[in-house]
Amino acid sequence: MNIPSQITTLLIGIVLTLVSLWYGQNHGLLPVQASQEAPLIDGLFNLMMTISTGLFLIVQGVLIIAAFKFRHRPGDDTDGPPVEGNIPLEILWTAIPAVIVLSIAIYSFDVYDKIGGLNPMDHSVAHGTPTHQVARMPGAAMAATLADASETSETSENRNQEVQEAATQDPATDAVRDQSIPQQNDAPEFGVSSPRIGSTPDRQGKPPQFVVNVTGLQYAWLFTYPDSGVVSGELHVPVGRDVLLNISANDVLHAFWVPEYRLKQDAIPGRQSELRFTPSLIGEYSVICAELCGPYHGAMKTKVVAQTQTDFDAWLESQKVASSEGLNQAIALNAAEKSTADFLAPFVSDMGIDAKAIQQIHPDHAHHPL
Amino acid sequence: MTQAQLQETANLPAHSPEPGGTNWRTYFTFSTDHKVIGIQYLVTTFFFYLVGGALATAVRTELATPESDFVSREVYNGLFTVHATVMIFLWIVPAVTGGFGNFLVPLLIGARDMAFPRLNALAFWMIPPAGILLLCSFFVGSPGAGWTSYPPLSLTYDKAGEAIWILSVLVLGTSSIMAAVNFIVTIFMMRVPGMTLNRMPLFCWAMLATSALALLGTPVLAGALILLAFDLIVGTAFFNPTGGGDPVVYQHMFWFYSHPAVYIMILPVFGMISEILPVHARKPIFGYKAIAYSSIAISFLGLIVWAHHMFTSGTPPWLRMFFMINTMIIAVPTGIKVFSWLATIWGGKLRLNSAMLFAMGFISMFVIGGISGVMVASVPFDIHVHDTYFIVAHIHYVLFGGSVFGMYAGLYHWFPKMTGR
Ligand SMILES: [Cu+2]
Ligand SMILES: [Cu+2]
Repeated sequence: MNIPSQITTLLIGIVLTLVSLWYGQNHGLLPVQASQEAPLIDGLFNLMMTISTGLFLIVQGVLIIAAFKFRHRPGDDTDGPPVEGNIPLEILWTAIPAVIVLSIAIYSFDVYDKIGGLNPMDHSVAHGTPTHQVARMPGAAMAATLADASETSETSENRNQEVQEAATQDPATDAVRDQSIPQQNDAPEFGVSSPRIGSTPDRQGKPPQFVVNVTGLQYAWLFTYPDSGVVSGELHVPVGRDVLLNISANDVLHAFWVPEYRLKQDAIPGRQSELRFTPSLIGEYSVICAELCGPYHGAMKTKVVAQTQTDFDAWLESQKVASSEGLNQAIALNAAEKSTADFLAPFVSDMGIDAKAIQQIHPDHAHHPL
Repeated sequence: MTQAQLQETANLPAHSPEPGGTNWRTYFTFSTDHKVIGIQYLVTTFFFYLVGGALATAVRTELATPESDFVSREVYNGLFTVHATVMIFLWIVPAVTGGFGNFLVPLLIGARDMAFPRLNALAFWMIPPAGILLLCSFFVGSPGAGWTSYPPLSLTYDKAGEAIWILSVLVLGTSSIMAAVNFIVTIFMMRVPGMTLNRMPLFCWAMLATSALALLGTPVLAGALILLAFDLIVGTAFFNPTGGGDPVVYQHMFWFYSHPAVYIMILPVFGMISEILPVHARKPIFGYKAIAYSSIAISFLGLIVWAHHMFTSGTPPWLRMFFMINTMIIAVPTGIKVFSWLATIWGGKLRLNSAMLFAMGFISMFVIGGISGVMVASVPFDIHVHDTYFIVAHIHYVLFGGSVFGMYAGLYHWFPKMTGR
């Protein structure tokens, strides 16, 4: 065969590009996209997968071709050509990866901005939302407390404390969270040290439509709905609504992860962190604890139920009755004095492990934190 | 460095035993001979490699069925914690630096021995007791908070097991600092006359970059572990949130060492691959200077990327962006190395012996680890895959497909020189 090598190279290049482009879109490695943030992150991953496939094939291809083409032939004791380098070529393979990673960095930066990472949940929530705007919101109770706090917050540098206080304004969260853990201050200079994926540009300056306080504890997630005082072992969210989770933990580190939402945030005792997202697909998905939190870490799972507003309202109504009794009890008895097992007993049916299991896990740790 | 020198190094006749020297008993003594110490390191760490492999096998056995039916949950957590600790602190780090470094560096730069032979022997002899101590933790209640040992979990776990883990890693870290000092002094002060830095074999460049990382990073890990020990044993609250401590500070201190640790484990292997490929491809290394300087660049960048392990933790957004960009830039010097290796074998006369096959296998596996490394550096994507098997796979491509394949290549390549057979 006498095909000129340039043409062979060109053909190989075209085939590589096509294969990479195809695989980058059809790898099938990610679960269904159930939030408005998920397609953005998947687009980024698909691009990285396309480039990676190309690079992977080039490197493996060169290795395999070299292993056959440049194999030592018996009887040939000569050395290879004494090439010690090639400056233009070296500049090329320094420049191309540099351009590639810079583009990926810029794209990542943009996606991070779009899912709200760079717009810290704007000061509009903490720092004075006009009350008339708040009043129309379904999350009025929550937002009102935030707005109240805003009078003092202009001078206050401790936003983490504000969120913590706001989050526990409602008795439900107050009962669920371990109040004996002091809250970390935020770094004054940058406004936040607590992590958050916050508002997208179109949400910027708007308070979240819907707030849920999330508390991680060995080995369960507890969700409290500040507007209604509902405490639940599974997260219910209305589809299409802008949801804000205030995440913290009572004992050790946990991580709130919903693979279908592509979002994860550590729950850190003594610190508030936030996730803001918009569920886009009706269905039930797993909430998985992604940070090793003890022997039963693998069992720390629950579900998020994304449903229509009507279904959600009905669910919330049904929970109100159930949990107000349990909660009053909890407050009357003072949650801090109850053992974890007793305290969790009302919620265990939602959590998939029973009180006995919890008791076994930390017999000595139940009565005093840590 | 020229090709002729390189081949000479590889083809030198095996060293003749020193008078009264290397009979087998020497290997059980406090020998100050760098070659004896190198072998001591390699044999000891290979033993711990087998132990770590057995622990991994136990982990996989448990995972064969969904039920918890092979070991208890506490022991399971202990298995993967000790597996990681053994593989990192008792196999790869001491084998690539203490083992190959001790054996090869003085030979490659023409020095009679390391700069501080007794310190060298001491650094080695700290390893067996620390390793045995770590394994003994299984008898008192294994440390089960993962090799990262994040508080508050590490403070709530079995106190004795966790204390043993801290002590063992502290001793191993001290040994690693001592070895790093030794390498830096040896490489700077004891090169044979006429060997300028730019003529130094590439493995020595890699050891220089590695030792700088070990020297700068390990003390920070030691600091974190000492504070953790105080929290654990005395009840202070450096990292314990119930007393106002901050667990995120531990994460920063831990990763300030433990990200560079990845480069401590892979840079010397890069160096070995750069020595092995030219010999078996019968062709000089392509782009000596680029490979040498990229080791230094990786070492420097490696110090300012640690918080990429904390993108879902308590890390503010602007800091996430800073660490994302730094991390991605590391792909550039790493890419230079990979492409230079490919160019080295391209057009050569490849002897496809075991050393060469492992070296090529190293490139093929490491490249997967490297590419997935760029992916997880991207903050939005990492927010999805962090703390999942994606990360587990990434690190095993780097450390097993990378470091361990590279060490096998090195073992096959230098076995004749080490044993005289
Ligand atoms: Cu958990
Ligand atoms: Cu890292």
